Amino acid sequence: MKIIVCIKQVPDTNEVKIDPVKGTLLREGVPSILNPDDKAALEEALRVKDEHPETHITVLTMGPPQAEEVLIEGVAMGADTGILLSDRAFAGADTWATSNTLAKAIEKIGDYDIIFCGRQAIDGDTAQVGPQIGERLGIPQVSYVEKFYLKDGNIRVHRALEDGYEIIEGKPPILLTTIKELNKPRYPSIPGIMKAYREDLIKVWTYGDLDIPSTDIGLDGSPTQVKRSFTPEQKGKGEILDGSTDEKVQQLMKKLQENNLLRRD
Amino acid sequence: MNFNLTKEQQMIQKTVIRFTKNEVEPIAAEVDENQRFPTETVEKMQRCGMMGIAVPREYGGAGADELAYVLAVEELSKSCATTGVILSAHSSLGCWPIQQFGTEGQKKKYLKPLASGEKLGAFGLTEPNAGTDAAGQQTVAVPEGDHYRINGTKIFITNGGEAGIYIIFAMTDASKGLKGISAFIVESDTPGFSIGKKEKKLGIRGSATTELVFKNMMVPKENLLGKEGQGFKIAMQTLDGGRIGIAAQALGIAEGAMEKSIRYVKEREQFNRPIGKFQGLQFMMADMETKIQASKLLVYQAAAAKSEGKPYGKLAAMAKLFASETAMEVTTKAVQLHGGYGYTSDYPIERMMRDAKITEIYEGTSEVQKMVVAADILR
Amino acid sequence: MGIKILQEECVGCTLCVGACPFDAIDMINGVAVMNENCTNCGACVGACNFSAIIREASEMKAMNIEDYNGVWVFAEQRKGELMDVAIELLGEGRRLAEEIDTKLSAVLIGDDVKGLSEELFSYGADHVYLSEGEHLKQYTTDGYTKVLSQMVEAYKPEIVLFGATHIGRDLAPRVAARVDTGLTADCTRLEIDPEGKGLMQTRPAFGGNIMATIICPKHRPQMATVRPGVMEKAKRKEKREDQQLIEFTNDVTAEDIRIKILEVIKAKKTGVNIVDSDVIIAGGRGLDKKEGFQLLEELADRLGGVVAASRAAVDAGWIDHDHQVGQTGKTVRPELYIACGISGAIQHMAGMQGAKTIVAINKNPDAPIFKIADIGIVGDVYEVVGKLLAALEEKA
Repeated sequence: MKIIVCIKQVPDTNEVKIDPVKGTLLREGVPSILNPDDKAALEEALRVKDEHPETHITVLTMGPPQAEEVLIEGVAMGADTGILLSDRAFAGADTWATSNTLAKAIEKIGDYDIIFCGRQAIDGDTAQVGPQIGERLGIPQVSYVEKFYLKDGNIRVHRALEDGYEIIEGKPPILLTTIKELNKPRYPSIPGIMKAYREDLIKVWTYGDLDIPSTDIGLDGSPTQVKRSFTPEQKGKGEILDGSTDEKVQQLMKKLQENNLLRRD
Repeated sequence: MNFNLTKEQQMIQKTVIRFTKNEVEPIAAEVDENQRFPTETVEKMQRCGMMGIAVPREYGGAGADELAYVLAVEELSKSCATTGVILSAHSSLGCWPIQQFGTEGQKKKYLKPLASGEKLGAFGLTEPNAGTDAAGQQTVAVPEGDHYRINGTKIFITNGGEAGIYIIFAMTDASKGLKGISAFIVESDTPGFSIGKKEKKLGIRGSATTELVFKNMMVPKENLLGKEGQGFKIAMQTLDGGRIGIAAQALGIAEGAMEKSIRYVKEREQFNRPIGKFQGLQFMMADMETKIQASKLLVYQAAAAKSEGKPYGKLAAMAKLFASETAMEVTTKAVQLHGGYGYTSDYPIERMMRDAKITEIYEGTSEVQKMVVAADILR
Repeated sequence: MGIKILQEECVGCTLCVGACPFDAIDMINGVAVMNENCTNCGACVGACNFSAIIREASEMKAMNIEDYNGVWVFAEQRKGELMDVAIELLGEGRRLAEEIDTKLSAVLIGDDVKGLSEELFSYGADHVYLSEGEHLKQYTTDGYTKVLSQMVEAYKPEIVLFGATHIGRDLAPRVAARVDTGLTADCTRLEIDPEGKGLMQTRPAFGGNIMATIICPKHRPQMATVRPGVMEKAKRKEKREDQQLIEFTNDVTAEDIRIKILEVIKAKKTGVNIVDSDVIIAGGRGLDKKEGFQLLEELADRLGGVVAASRAAVDAGWIDHDHQVGQTGKTVRPELYIACGISGAIQHMAGMQGAKTIVAINKNPDAPIFKIADIGIVGDVYEVVGKLLAALEEKA
């Protein structure tokens, strides 16, 4: 079986802090990590390989040169090869252009049975790239996969819903987007780390390596644009609510609603 | 001397940091409380290839260098000194002597399962009457056909009872004193091998420290490590390297206590301000940090020398001497910084203080380290 | 293309360096220079006080956007029941439709769901586009994408909104890719640009650390998924004469659907995972009794969260150690942490001070927890929580 796992290097958004004076992001000391949902995707592919050692796993990412680090991590965890799509021409891509680029790279890789993607990346939280790759490639998808197994050459998954799950069966080729609850990913192994750095397992593809018009990639290939980005209002100093209990509860409700904390998802 | 870690070393460090945070730290207090050997952690370390970190790839290891190994012990020990010493004893005292002195056959048979982590390694030199003075060995190995018949007792053996492969020292010719000691590779299922008393300890309470009892234990002749009479040399060289591991453990304990103290003095408020604002405590912490950094340089220096094939006996002794005394001092002060809370088991600091003490004692006491250093400089 | 630094305008203030989330700006000879890490996110454009950083217009291939009209709302239904978010979208969609002077339509896809169109009308839809078929009974990516894409191509709406549910987030990207347009995920605010009349879609990014306003200037429809629970629900209104049901015949066959749903299982999430939860309701000694946690459980249920506890409550045997937050428990950093009857011992606060919003309810006004709380309520925890539950009930 041939598996391609799409992964992304992301800043650990849990570690992001805001400059209290300037209100800007403090990026210093924010570590870059392999996106958690993607790590679950890779782990699931590795479990297939544990069971069926002839399985070949390619980890694929798009990003600046240092995104190679997540490919190294992927190989150190057990993937066979890694491909980095890196070119200034790819930069500024929205999900549409990103999925175009990744889909072209997957077509170039050619042979695959399963494409695993993480459901969403913690820096953007869009959950769009996986399904859009599926659409570009014209293959079926199942998103929010929380359980996966192979059964008589078929693929069985549980797709998480808000209030339960669906049991779904599909056949390769198929694209699956995984949530981090799917499994507990392994650590990179120390021998794997040595192998990843010492053996030439990671390739870099630039714009010239893909058969794709420049109008389909990067900023030019992106229907959506960031018009403005800003830091949300910082929470001020704590506040002790006044009034009767009813009034206090009403004020609390209002504040929770304003801060978008009354949703249930 | 290069102060930068290689990318490989950085990633190994990052991985062990994550491993420690997720797998080791959460059970550290419980392991200590129940004096329980953390078998599950060892299995997890095995799965990520940590048990053969410095063993060459041809013998199933990761083929990383001494510094990578030091980084691993250091990071584990920041949260749990027990886990740190399990790896240190296994690697430095179990794997290394076979790698260094073993025959090809011995390496295939014993180093491979150690490197894969399938078996844990241990080292048996100390006896009730032969501590620092190893020449007092009363364990005796007598040749008998294809075997040696070994009788005697070893004490304070780290990983005792948990290990599958032991490096054991015994007298093959008492008339020659130190030159009459030989080293053997002994499997735990050898008839006549048994585990005696399990020690209850002040610190590193999760690590297994036991007595080994040999009663007419028959060890095949091919399990002689090196030549007859080379045992003392093997033991001393092994301990030279082992000290780097213990120094890394001590460094980790001190760093762990320091990290927690820094956090605490920022959080804890008295007299309406964080206690870290008081200069008396600031000065104390500046001293702690300075000594930690000095330890780190000594430890990494010794590891680098070993990796590069340079002499490291003196460097290792200095590193262990300084790092272990720093660990004791830093953890003691860390308890002080935490006040009453630090004295309770709600915080890990008291455990770290108890754990630190052993680093001044095992694999050569601080006094032995001074003997090694003095012998080297006055040579 | 992309972000450009006008070197002659740059005064070397380094504001942009601090604003860049990607380490993409270096100071070279006193002026800012972009390096290869740049992702064109635009954070620096707003940070520059000297108009020295600009976003150059892109040369995107465009479509004829004049052909597109109307606001559409995907009326997600499951087993014949309309999802709340569909009603929220109708409320929001109405506001947008009025601003650009166009119709509001609901799109209803399923099998034998025609009856729901009345409900959609009552919430103000001018039109309901209905497409039914036996292969559309259950949601499948393949079936729904095919129908909705065909409908979009046939009727050319200007804006299409989806709930950011597990279904909406599965369907919307697929449709957007098929009809070649942009999509913005998980919006929390939608506005019409007063000048170009385009849709300005604001959403949190970077784990909520920054907000980004996204536009889709040259493609139609402008598509967005919207977080459930954020927008105000539409109010029920009288049926109007001009409301119209438009049936769209589809040709979805069994062959179109390439996966098979074997079973749908309703299940409550089991097990506690306080570390991963966005909402935590924690109880302490101030609850006085084990039963207090039942009340907190109700509140957690309402808010989609889990129950946690201080050590005092765990030691009292009121709740299992798995729920303990603090030095000897777990460290959590949820979006919302409501501390009920927790005084705020230093060991506890060590485990939860990373929470985004901390609400503290305690009868002692001097409790240390109020020092780190964003919102503090001094009062009886049972009374406050009880009233909060009632208020939430009323809202729902």
